[in-house]
Amino acid sequence: MTTPTSSNPAAASEEFQLTAPPSPLRELWRDFRRNKGAVVGLALVITYLLLAIFANVVAPHSPIEQYRDAILTPPSWEEGGSLDFLLGTDAVGRDMLSRLIFGTRLSLSIGLISVTLSLSIGIVLGLTAAFAGGKIETAIMRLMDVLLALPSLLLAVAVIAILGPGLANAMYAIAIVRLPGFVRLTRATAISELSKDYVLASRIAGAGKLRLMFITVLPNCLAPLIVQATLGFSTAILDAAALGFLGLGAQPPTPEWGSMLSGALEFIQRAWWVVSLPGIAILFAVLAFNLMGDGLRDALDPKLKR
Amino acid sequence: MISYILRRLGVVLPTFIGITVLVFALIHMIPGDPVEAMSGERGMEPERYARLIAEYGLDRPLPVQYADYVFKAAHGNLGRSIVTQESVLTEFVDRFPATLELSACAIVFALCLGIPAGMIAALKRNTPVDYGVMGVSLAGYSMPIFWWALLLILFFSVHLGWTPVSGRIAIEYDPVRVTGLMLIDSLLSGEEGAFASAVSHLILPTIALGTIPLATLARMTRSAMLEVLGEDYVRAARARGLSPLRVVGRHALRNALIPVVTVIGLQVGTLLAGAILTETIFSWPGIGKWMVEAIHRRDYPVVQGGILLSATLVIFVNLIVDVLYGVINPRIRHTR
Repeated sequence: MTTPTSSNPAAASEEFQLTAPPSPLRELWRDFRRNKGAVVGLALVITYLLLAIFANVVAPHSPIEQYRDAILTPPSWEEGGSLDFLLGTDAVGRDMLSRLIFGTRLSLSIGLISVTLSLSIGIVLGLTAAFAGGKIETAIMRLMDVLLALPSLLLAVAVIAILGPGLANAMYAIAIVRLPGFVRLTRATAISELSKDYVLASRIAGAGKLRLMFITVLPNCLAPLIVQATLGFSTAILDAAALGFLGLGAQPPTPEWGSMLSGALEFIQRAWWVVSLPGIAILFAVLAFNLMGDGLRDALDPKLKR
Repeated sequence: MISYILRRLGVVLPTFIGITVLVFALIHMIPGDPVEAMSGERGMEPERYARLIAEYGLDRPLPVQYADYVFKAAHGNLGRSIVTQESVLTEFVDRFPATLELSACAIVFALCLGIPAGMIAALKRNTPVDYGVMGVSLAGYSMPIFWWALLLILFFSVHLGWTPVSGRIAIEYDPVRVTGLMLIDSLLSGEEGAFASAVSHLILPTIALGTIPLATLARMTRSAMLEVLGEDYVRAARARGLSPLRVVGRHALRNALIPVVTVIGLQVGTLLAGAILTETIFSWPGIGKWMVEAIHRRDYPVVQGGILLSATLVIFVNLIVDVLYGVINPRIRHTR
C-alpha cells in the first residue's frame, strides 16, 4: 500500500483495525502447538486413528486365524522368529501384530461410543439441573453423588454384574462410570454462564427454554467439556482394557488389548512379547489422549492464556 | 465445628441411602431372579421354586423388601454366599485386612515418593528435573496397572528372581491369625524368616497399587506448591531472610499440603478399584479378588454385599477427610 492516502495517519489506523482477528480455530492451533507434548499426543492419536480405520488393509493376517504350526513364534528379530509374523504369535498361533492393529479399532470405538454416550447424557442432565434448579437439580446431583461414591472400576463391575460380561455391556458400564463427571462439569459451567448478560438478553428477546439451553448457553460451555471428553477417552480405554483383562469385557477371540493380556501371566516365562506388546499399545493410546487433553486444556482455558 | 460436621453428614446421608437403594436394586435388575440364579443351569421344580421365593420374601412388595433389606443390613446381615454358604459379612471381614494392609502400604509408598517428587519438581520448575518428574508421573498416570504388575513380575520375579509372584507369605509359614495383617502376625509368630517372607510378598503388589496414587500425588503437590510459592507470605518469609529450607519446609509445604490431604482421601476409592486388579494378578486374598470371583460365579449376595460395604467405606473415609480438612483449614468451616 503505497498510495499517497495511506500515509494519512487516520486512514492507516483504520486499515490496522480492519485486519481480521485470527479465526478461533487458528488461534486454538497456535496455542496448542506451543505445547510439544500435546503435538506428540495429537500425532499419536492420528496414527492410532489411521490404524483403526485401515486395520484390514494394514494388518498382514486375520486377527483370529490360528496358525497351529506357528504357536508362540517370537518376534522377527529374535532367534526363531519369522518375517511372516513381525511381532510373533500368541499361544494359539494368532499373529500379534494383526491382533494389536485390530485392537486399535476396538479400543478407539469403545472410547468413542462410551464417551459420546456419557457426554450426551451428561450434557442433557447437567443443563437440566442448571436450568431447572430446585428439586430436579437436587435429585440429579444426589444421584451423581451416589455414582461417584463407588470406586470407578467397582461401579463398572457392578454394572457388568447386572448386564453380564461382554464388549457392549463394558461400553455401557464405562459410560455410566464417567457420567457424573460430565453432569457436574456441564452444570457448573452452565450455572456460571447463566448469570451473564448475553443470556439475559436472549431471554428478554423471548428465547424459549430449549433454545436457551442448547443454542445460547451450551456452545459457551463446550471448551471444558471438550477437554474432559478427550481425557475421558483415555480413561475409557484404560477401563475397557481392565474389564477385558478381568474377563468381564470383550470375550475371546475378540482382539481386545486388555483381554489379550488376561491369559498372559501363564506365558510370562516363555513369551515376553505376549505379555508386553498389548500393554505398550494401551499405554501409548492412553498417554496420547492424556497429552492431547492437557494441551487442549492449556489452549482452551483463557485463564492460562497470556 | 460440630455444625460443620453435621452439615457434612447431611450431605453424606442421602448419598448413603442412595447406595442402599442402588445395591438393593442390583439384585432385582439381574436377568431372572435371585432364586433362579441360585438354581444354576439345571433349574428346579416349581414347588421348590415357589417355596424359596416365599422363604426369601421375594413375593412381597418392593418397598417392604427394601425396608427389610436395610433393616437386616443395619444388623450386619448381608445374606449368605450362594457358593460357600458363609455369611457375606464374615467373608468380607476375613478378607478385609489383606486389602487394608496392601492399600496402607501402597498409600505410604505413594506419599513417601510422591510428595518429595512433587516438591522438587516445583522448586526446580522448568528444568530437566521438573520435566523428568512430570513425564514419569504422566506415564504412571496413564499406566494400565494390571500390565504394570505383569511387567514387575516379569522383571523382578521371573528375570531377577528377587520376589515371589503370588500370595501373602510363603507356604512353610503359617502364622496364627491375630490381626489379619500379615506383617504384624508374622512378627508375632516369632518364626524366623516369616516377617521377611511377608515383606517380600508385599513389595510388588504395593508398587503396582501405589503407582497411580503416586503419580497423582506428585502432580498435585507440584501444582499446590507452585501456587503457594507465589504467595505473599512466602515472599515475606524470604524477605525476612529465613533459610530456603525453612521457607519451603515451614511456610510453603504446610500450606501446599492442604489440597493434598483431600487428594489422599479421594485416593481411597482409586485404591479399592485398583485392588480389584492388583489382587487378581498377585492372588492376594483380599476383597477385590473376592468380588471378581463372585461375579464370575454369579454369587450375587457377595457382589451386592461387597459393593455396599466398599461404598460405605469410601463414603466414611471421605467424610473423615472432609472433617480433617475442616480442622487443618478453618476457612472451609465457615463457607457455605
